[in-house]
Amino acid sequence: MREGLKIAGVDISRGGKSIVGNAGFSAPAGKVTGLVGPNGAGKSTLISAIVGLERPEAGSLNFDGADLALMGRRERAGICAYVEQSASTEERLSVSDVVALGRIPHISTWAAGLGADDEALVAGALAKVDMAGFATRQFNTLSGGEQQRVHIARALAQEPKLLVLDEPTSHLDIRAQLQVLDLLGELAGAGGTVLLALHDLNLALRFCDWLVVMHMGQVVAEGRPAEVLRENLLAEVYGVRARLIEGPGGPVIAYEGTV
Amino acid sequence: MGGGVCPTLRLTRSLQTTAYIALWLLLIASATIAVTFGPADITPTEVWTTILHHLGFVPDSPVSRLRDAIVWDLRMPRVIAAMGVGAGLALAGVVMQALTRNPLADPYLLGLSSGAALGAVTLVVMGFALLVPIGAFVGSLAALVLALFIAHLLGGATPVRAILAGISISALASAATSFIIFWSATGDSYREILSWLMGSLSGSSWLDAGLVVVSLLVCAPVMLISARGLDAFAFGDKAAASLGVDVARLRWMLLGASALLTGVMVAIGGAIGFVGLVVPHAVRLAVGSRHGRLLPLSMLVGAIFMLWADTMARTLFDPRELPVGIVTALVGAPAFLLILMRFRRVT
Repeated sequence: MREGLKIAGVDISRGGKSIVGNAGFSAPAGKVTGLVGPNGAGKSTLISAIVGLERPEAGSLNFDGADLALMGRRERAGICAYVEQSASTEERLSVSDVVALGRIPHISTWAAGLGADDEALVAGALAKVDMAGFATRQFNTLSGGEQQRVHIARALAQEPKLLVLDEPTSHLDIRAQLQVLDLLGELAGAGGTVLLALHDLNLALRFCDWLVVMHMGQVVAEGRPAEVLRENLLAEVYGVRARLIEGPGGPVIAYEGTV
Repeated sequence: MGGGVCPTLRLTRSLQTTAYIALWLLLIASATIAVTFGPADITPTEVWTTILHHLGFVPDSPVSRLRDAIVWDLRMPRVIAAMGVGAGLALAGVVMQALTRNPLADPYLLGLSSGAALGAVTLVVMGFALLVPIGAFVGSLAALVLALFIAHLLGGATPVRAILAGISISALASAATSFIIFWSATGDSYREILSWLMGSLSGSSWLDAGLVVVSLLVCAPVMLISARGLDAFAFGDKAAASLGVDVARLRWMLLGASALLTGVMVAIGGAIGFVGLVVPHAVRLAVGSRHGRLLPLSMLVGAIFMLWADTMARTLFDPRELPVGIVTALVGAPAFLLILMRFRRVT
């Protein structure tokens, strides 16, 4: 049953302070769902709960009819992969070493190493993100955009049905941002469920099929991007004056100032 | 940022197997040769005849009782203890560096060596020199428990808090150690303390060697089966957790194993520096950071390095012995610089 992600009634608090309250939305299978909202809206916290880094106090996290919160760590990691804003390392790892980390949930603790299937999956994941020629390069020597594509390849090697990314394009130049977002579109097109937190609303308009808006710990809107990002919502949630203009490839937000 | 192919050795699986076999052979050859070194000249044949004799394979050994005793009672335990201590410190170093994501981490990070020194020095000045290993072991574990307890009081034992607490415990224990030495050490105990502080395997018995080997047999497998979990830490706790690793459990299990291992090593050999810091880095520079290779190779290289360091310590200025910590640093530092130059980092 391919429904994608459906969460409802999710409450998360830290140190007695509510961070996310009664959050609910869906991220349909085969689509790129964007999670937007100003800083401090609770996007990262909600994403942490979805990928299992944080335990919500209440609510359900349903994926394809099964509750993610009830799964064991490895089972969950075999279904859901997570890519951070930017994750660096001091370790001396080659690009294929990094991608091979994605096989960890799938191989037994006692297995000596990667099997031929695993190696093939690693190579395939690198090819999908167009980094096949970089397999033996040291991860540290890559540019930010290349590193992020390797992280996505690592996530793909996890063979996830749900790919969750927390602002994966924040530190990238515009070309690298477009490459990453294009890639996510292809992955969703192949049937996966992709959920990403995003800051740039124009990129959200252009690349997301479905959009969820958070504000002060609550989900305040959900729907098709062009229908959700209305001028009054931008004023209420972001405190900005903006107009939606019809561009050649769809609507574009033109910012005019703060409210 | 910059270009460059990953400058580590590209180890294919067969090459890797060859490397393991070569290192094991080197270890056995080194041990044999090390036993022949010393004031009394012993041949490798005599070494192996004696070993086989004691294992019951050669009933009537042609080796004289005296030479048999030199090999079996004097040199063998020390050689085995040296190899075990080197292997243990290298393993604990790899684990501490990976767990804290801190390249400067060494096995003594959480105050273990300072605690051990305090325990050892206290017993030396009280005149219980024979109980020094026990004092060192108790001291190191007390320092660790105290560091973790303080970290807990600070609001949860995260790695950073544990390290900071370890630093303060370390400083406190060092001050107490210096105070005791300053106040009550006499000429004799002073030299004894100094040699312990700089590390020494002199006088290692079969009991010492046995303790070292048993602690390795207990702790090394825990570390080796956690190799993939340690790999997952490369990008931090969150990344590891999202790969299905039980971060808290793995961290405490490995911290416990390396503390126990280090506690035994420091009790037997004193605070031998450098091995736990530099051997892991040297191996990492050569073969990369994947722990499935890094751990066993570091263990072997640590054993070989320590064996030769200790052999030099006891033979170079015969009949006087150098503290082995001086040798590990004197030989290790230039060797490490050479390796650094050979595998220039691209980052």
